[in-house]
Amino acid sequence: MKKTLLSAAIGAAVLGFASAASAATLDNVKAKGFVQCGVNTGLAGFAAPDSAGNWTGFDVDYCKAVAAAVFGDASKVKYTPTTAQSRFTALQSGEVDLLARNTTWTISRDTSLGLNFRYVNYYDGQGFMIPKSLNVKSALELSGAAVCVQSGTTTELNLADYFKSNNLQYNPVVFEKLEEVNAAYQAGRCDVYTTDQSGLYSLRLSLSNPDDHIILPEIISKEPLGPAVRQGDDQWFDIVTWAGYAMVQAEDFGITQKNLEEMKNSTNPDIRRFLGVEKDTKIGTDLGLTNEWAYNIIKNVGNYGEVFERNIGANTPLKIQRGLNALWSKGGLQYAPPVR
Amino acid sequence: MTDHAVIASTEARTLRSYAYDPKFRGIFYQVLTLLIVLVVGWWIFDNTTENLARSGTASGYGFLRGRAGFDIGQSLIAYTSDSTYGRAIVVGFLNTMLVAILGIFTATVVGFIIGLGRLSRNWLIAKLCTLYVEIFRNIPVLLIIFFWYKGVLDSLPQVRDSIALPFNIFLNNRGLAFPNPIWGEGAWLIPVAFLVGVVATIVVARWARQRQAATGKQFHTIWTGTGLIIGLPILAFLIMGAPLTFDSPIAGRFNMTGGARILPEFVALYVALSLYTASFIAEVIRAGIRGVAKGQSEAAFALGLQPSHTTRLVVVPQAMRIIIPPLTSQYLNLTKNSSLGVAIGFPELFSTTSTTLNQTGQAVEAISIMLTVYLAISIATSIFMNWFNAKMALVER
Repeated sequence: MKKTLLSAAIGAAVLGFASAASAATLDNVKAKGFVQCGVNTGLAGFAAPDSAGNWTGFDVDYCKAVAAAVFGDASKVKYTPTTAQSRFTALQSGEVDLLARNTTWTISRDTSLGLNFRYVNYYDGQGFMIPKSLNVKSALELSGAAVCVQSGTTTELNLADYFKSNNLQYNPVVFEKLEEVNAAYQAGRCDVYTTDQSGLYSLRLSLSNPDDHIILPEIISKEPLGPAVRQGDDQWFDIVTWAGYAMVQAEDFGITQKNLEEMKNSTNPDIRRFLGVEKDTKIGTDLGLTNEWAYNIIKNVGNYGEVFERNIGANTPLKIQRGLNALWSKGGLQYAPPVR
Repeated sequence: MTDHAVIASTEARTLRSYAYDPKFRGIFYQVLTLLIVLVVGWWIFDNTTENLARSGTASGYGFLRGRAGFDIGQSLIAYTSDSTYGRAIVVGFLNTMLVAILGIFTATVVGFIIGLGRLSRNWLIAKLCTLYVEIFRNIPVLLIIFFWYKGVLDSLPQVRDSIALPFNIFLNNRGLAFPNPIWGEGAWLIPVAFLVGVVATIVVARWARQRQAATGKQFHTIWTGTGLIIGLPILAFLIMGAPLTFDSPIAGRFNMTGGARILPEFVALYVALSLYTASFIAEVIRAGIRGVAKGQSEAAFALGLQPSHTTRLVVVPQAMRIIIPPLTSQYLNLTKNSSLGVAIGFPELFSTTSTTLNQTGQAVEAISIMLTVYLAISIATSIFMNWFNAKMALVER
């Protein structure tokens, strides 16, 4: 214990590594009474604080779902805004309990960074945004362009690979913070803005005249975005993963926030088990939670489709189609393993 | 006194009086301090390695040989996304050094002018210089960097409305594009001629000094030297048939293509750091000159020296002894402040290393590299300035 304290004090200050990373995260979370969630510093629709300082968004709802599963109360979350650069260190050091920050799942992050990914809450791909006035129809016409990109992202690497493999020249204009990339693009420091397509839709909204910019059709990469946790705590990893699957499964069952109470009386044994009303079920206790964990998620946050539509769907300013993120039964990729 | 009594008194001393022995006490505390430092150091090291092992994060410096995969906007050496992480860090280091060296040079010149200006008898000049110092010294350097960066970006035209300057130079918010000189065959003679000019000037200067010491006759080395250093390369250039062509920038679809360019990020960082540090250097200079006793210049005047000679031969050499040590810390500050370039996207050491950190996730290694490099730069600067200080120090006879 002495060792832990000393390293927490000195290690955190000097090296950014506290040994809080070790103990069972669920116990820590329960003891402190809230989930510390690493989110984006501000990406409309995904994670952004409103004028009252309340965080909302697609990724924020993921944090809330985890809090609902653990505490039955979606408000028991504290948010840590992280930059692309600081996010992994924040997670590795134990500063946050999970990272729900449109982070791409890659093999190197899964292995050498010491992180764990399993559930993908948004299937994305990298795209390009460019002012309409430049009259560009395809990314292949971009040779010689100055490209704004955020440093330390998979985007930065895909960009280099894409231009190299297509024999195109470009000048990278690289910033650490999203706000600075936005400002530089708006000031005309670069011609093209590249990041995940969902991000581009969101960023376009923040420009002074969104209609003057188009998003090119090319998608140059696979960007499976999902929550990440530290390696070495399987229980917490399971909770965070299954919180996501529960929302997908609920949509699959047709369980919504509205019909949740009726569904409790359903005769379908799958639904009864899922909502924790089956007799002597261990569906939640095996996770270290209560049996109503899935019920609590739907009650507080809603199913996957509701979360999607509320934050980024067709009726929001972002107007993103479900596309790859439709349920598997509707031609998408969202698929939850059986809850049994 | 018997033998027995002697032994007894020695024993009594060993037991009690060590605590009162200043020599022993000194050693004891030093050993204790060293032990504490070592134990704490070991503890940190041990905990870090243990935590790293437990978190499953990769460790070691092997990642430096891996393919970086990201591009860098400005590089002094050949660099592509196929280069290694190690090379990316070197690119950042060289960019840091570029800003630091140019910044130190400019800050010193500006600082000297402002510092002397504050001592001027001309009211307006003195007040303007005071205003400069008060403004730049009291604003955080990051803000000054942002001011220059946003100022440069917002006040300059878009790339399609570039300001065309003479000699195919173009200015826009992507930077300054200018013709890149391409030297042809025989161009080697020009630097050779330049070197010959420099050496000849040194020889002439030495001869002139000896002659003045011996006969009192003065010789204007400056004009001869200028003629040699500038004239000889021009002569060489003409003899070899002007072996020089220019690669001029041309407006492409998106950007200026061809030519060389200076990025706005670099200019903003360089100008901001220079002006900021110059305000401190100005005060150092002023303090140094004020620190020379008034009697010194009065004595020089009494001997009939002109004011310019008094400043150059009597006041400045003595002021230098006061100026150099604090000047060193200003140079170190400027070098370290260059890491703020990351905020405006200038690819200096901190920027490229933290990108590397993020792509590999090896925080401890990347940070240790940065620490080591900044420490090495600072120590090297200190050593040089200490040597310079020793050279300038009063030689007492």
